[in-house]
Amino acid sequence: MSAPILRIEDLRVALPAWSDRPLAVDGVSLAIARNEILCVVGESGSGKSVMAKAVLGLLPAPHVRVVGGAIHFEGRDLLRAEEEEMREVRGGRISMIFQEPMVALNPLMKVGAQTDEIFRVHTDLDAPARRQRVVELFSDVHLPDPERIPDSYPHELSGGQRQRVMIAMALALEPALIIADEPTTALDVTTQAQILTLLKELQGRHGTAVLFITHDFGVVAEVADRVVVMRNGRLVETGATGEVLRAPQADYTKALVAAVPSLHPRHASAPDQPAPALALRGLNKVYGGRAGLFGGPGRRVHAVRDVDLEVPRGRSVALVGESGSGKSTLARCVVGLERADGGDIRLDGENIAGFSRRQLKPYRHLVQMVFQDPFASLNPRHRVGDIIALGPTLRGTPKREAWDRARELLGMVGLQPEAVGRYPHEFSGGQRQRIGIARALAMEPALILADEPVSALDVSVQKQVLDLLDDLRQSLGLSMLFITHDLRVAAHVCEEIAVMRHGAIVERGPTSEIFADPRHEYTRQLLDSVPGKGWEH
Amino acid sequence: MTGLRLLRYIVRRLLQAVPVILGVTVLCFLLLQLAPGDLAEVLAGESGGASAEYIQDLRARYGLDKPVLVQLGVYVKNVIFFDLGFSFRHSANVSDLLLERMMPTLLLMGTTLVLSVGVGALSGLFAAIWVRTWRDHIISLGAIVAYATPLFWVGLMLILVFSVWLDWFPTSGMENVVMFHEGWDRVVDIAHHLVLPAITLSLFYLALYARLMRATMLEQRGLDYVTTAKAKGLTERQITFRHVLRNALLPVVTMAGVQVGALLGGSVVVESVFAWPGLGQLAFEALFSRDFNLLLGIFFISACLVVFVNIVVDVIYVLLDPRIRVDE
Repeated sequence: MSAPILRIEDLRVALPAWSDRPLAVDGVSLAIARNEILCVVGESGSGKSVMAKAVLGLLPAPHVRVVGGAIHFEGRDLLRAEEEEMREVRGGRISMIFQEPMVALNPLMKVGAQTDEIFRVHTDLDAPARRQRVVELFSDVHLPDPERIPDSYPHELSGGQRQRVMIAMALALEPALIIADEPTTALDVTTQAQILTLLKELQGRHGTAVLFITHDFGVVAEVADRVVVMRNGRLVETGATGEVLRAPQADYTKALVAAVPSLHPRHASAPDQPAPALALRGLNKVYGGRAGLFGGPGRRVHAVRDVDLEVPRGRSVALVGESGSGKSTLARCVVGLERADGGDIRLDGENIAGFSRRQLKPYRHLVQMVFQDPFASLNPRHRVGDIIALGPTLRGTPKREAWDRARELLGMVGLQPEAVGRYPHEFSGGQRQRIGIARALAMEPALILADEPVSALDVSVQKQVLDLLDDLRQSLGLSMLFITHDLRVAAHVCEEIAVMRHGAIVERGPTSEIFADPRHEYTRQLLDSVPGKGWEH
Repeated sequence: MTGLRLLRYIVRRLLQAVPVILGVTVLCFLLLQLAPGDLAEVLAGESGGASAEYIQDLRARYGLDKPVLVQLGVYVKNVIFFDLGFSFRHSANVSDLLLERMMPTLLLMGTTLVLSVGVGALSGLFAAIWVRTWRDHIISLGAIVAYATPLFWVGLMLILVFSVWLDWFPTSGMENVVMFHEGWDRVVDIAHHLVLPAITLSLFYLALYARLMRATMLEQRGLDYVTTAKAKGLTERQITFRHVLRNALLPVVTMAGVQVGALLGGSVVVESVFAWPGLGQLAFEALFSRDFNLLLGIFFISACLVVFVNIVVDVIYVLLDPRIRVDE
């Protein structure tokens, strides 16, 4: 390894007094060489982002502050540098890419001007020269129409384009080091693949060192030269990517690697096709299209287009698609939150499409949802028992009976029955998702509609929740429509897969067949985009 | 292209304003019918009592004996042709009266708006820059005091301190009529008279903007794009003025639109306290003399003003925030 350009020694960062632990980063030492991509992997709360922000002096002072250690960069200790000196380093020698490009860009400023600012602050270039550089940068990161894009506002670009702008900004002054904090987490899988390719290409071309922070071992397998695993602010393991992924040493790393769902598709349990719990025929949903009072015709969005889909009883079907593919709209139609504009929705044989609210009422309990965000989907002012028992009570179950059942269900999802008396904020994300599952089960549904139920969870918790769903499905004979953007998760839990794009289902069939022989071009593209697809553990 | 779209948007909003204003007019007309007493009774009462026949006669003369719906129809028809009727109390056309009184009110409102938005936003800005220092505490404390004090009391106290005790400003009126000032002397004189009523009327909203601005600035400073700006190597000052300020102004602009509506209400009190010859004072008089034509005229003008200002605020919003699309 050549001489490191960044060396962190025994870094310690203190959290405010009211936090659950005193140190966010506790004695971390690491080094990055020129032209190297170092991945820092860890679950939420591992201190990986805090460490990255400490390098640039971006910690939210005065609550979070560095209390010890040193950060050596280009012959000086950044922790002891003057503010003036740090400003030269920021953007100039070290730049940063953030997770959410939408909120990381100023919404009121054109992206060209935001990039231009770096040159204005750090160089003496005049306006035309700066503009020239911005256009060059934008074409460097393969933005379409680099002459015109600088005059766009962030909201006029797609997520991937916004992240390309962020990368262009990071590259502006040819920094020695780029810190990328989960730069692809908020992106769709195909976009993620493109951005990762771009980052690697540019890093190779400019010889920049990259400190890449992620929670995703697939991404690690894709980009990293070396890996650092962090947990609770401490280093757990360091090593070359291949070694750590193939033969992890620390127990924690082993558990993490094992928790990553494998891309091995699950086989359908039996070849026979039981009667469908849910059957969709020619389902359509169109938004907008009505003319305003004085305006012209509004914009029409065909969110769901002629969808045919079955969920056989006792089976699990994955609906896979990227953001905007219409999968959530389809779910809302099935649950009855949206009225379909055409087609059949058969629940246990009964067509409920076009039912009024009153007509729908006896069927409502048949489909229950498990939501994506376990923090927003439980009422914070209700006790867990109330949350679970409310549905059955509304259907006429006596309150005492409903509460007894709630205790039983909490046991089934792996929580203490006493949890009925507590409030949602007392539970972790994974536990809340278990409560959400218990809530859905309380209605004795024929179909569970899980809308990205694990995408907000850490990988180890994700595995537990997926296993729980699987166990429950088998012991209770539940049918499940599982909406996800993650092909690994889909392969892990579902016997069948339907791939959705632009509102239509482009391919569907048994998981194993689709993985072995994807017929539609888009399916192939999705499979190719899965990060770390070549890595098997 | 954008300019043309914006123009189309403005025209559309103006067209949409017509039914709104007519609706307000009809509503006000019907509401006034609910008030006990009418012009005929007031006139009769002022002349020391009159016979029932005389009152009946008066009603017939002013068209008050017709069914309410007929009166309404006549009124709305006249309004559509911009004829606001005749004020029998002032023996003048309502439109002439309104035109005469509108300028003082607009002057007071405009000054108030500039004062409260300008000074309010600036104090909020500085409070946020100096957050948690003694300067921030002084601004925040001042804002809370101004926020909690009733309007009329502030007016009376300002008169007491600055007019009666210190004799810096005149107690009432819009200009010194006996001096017959002209040109710049008149402008200075009016400005001199304007100080106290404008301060009184703006104090509440000034405090509100200061608090709003401070809170939004602090909120925006915690957002990711500010971290990005910092990571680009910008100074605190550059971040505040290039990035945060414009974002923080958006809620203040929204609030300013709401304020304009409330200003007309507040000006009734302030114009009475300071004897400012504006619409508020006129409305106050018209209400007590049951001069319904005049009152309806004032309502009509107020409605037009509020709707117009709302359109202006929305256009400013479109110009400030590129995320707002005008074509839908």
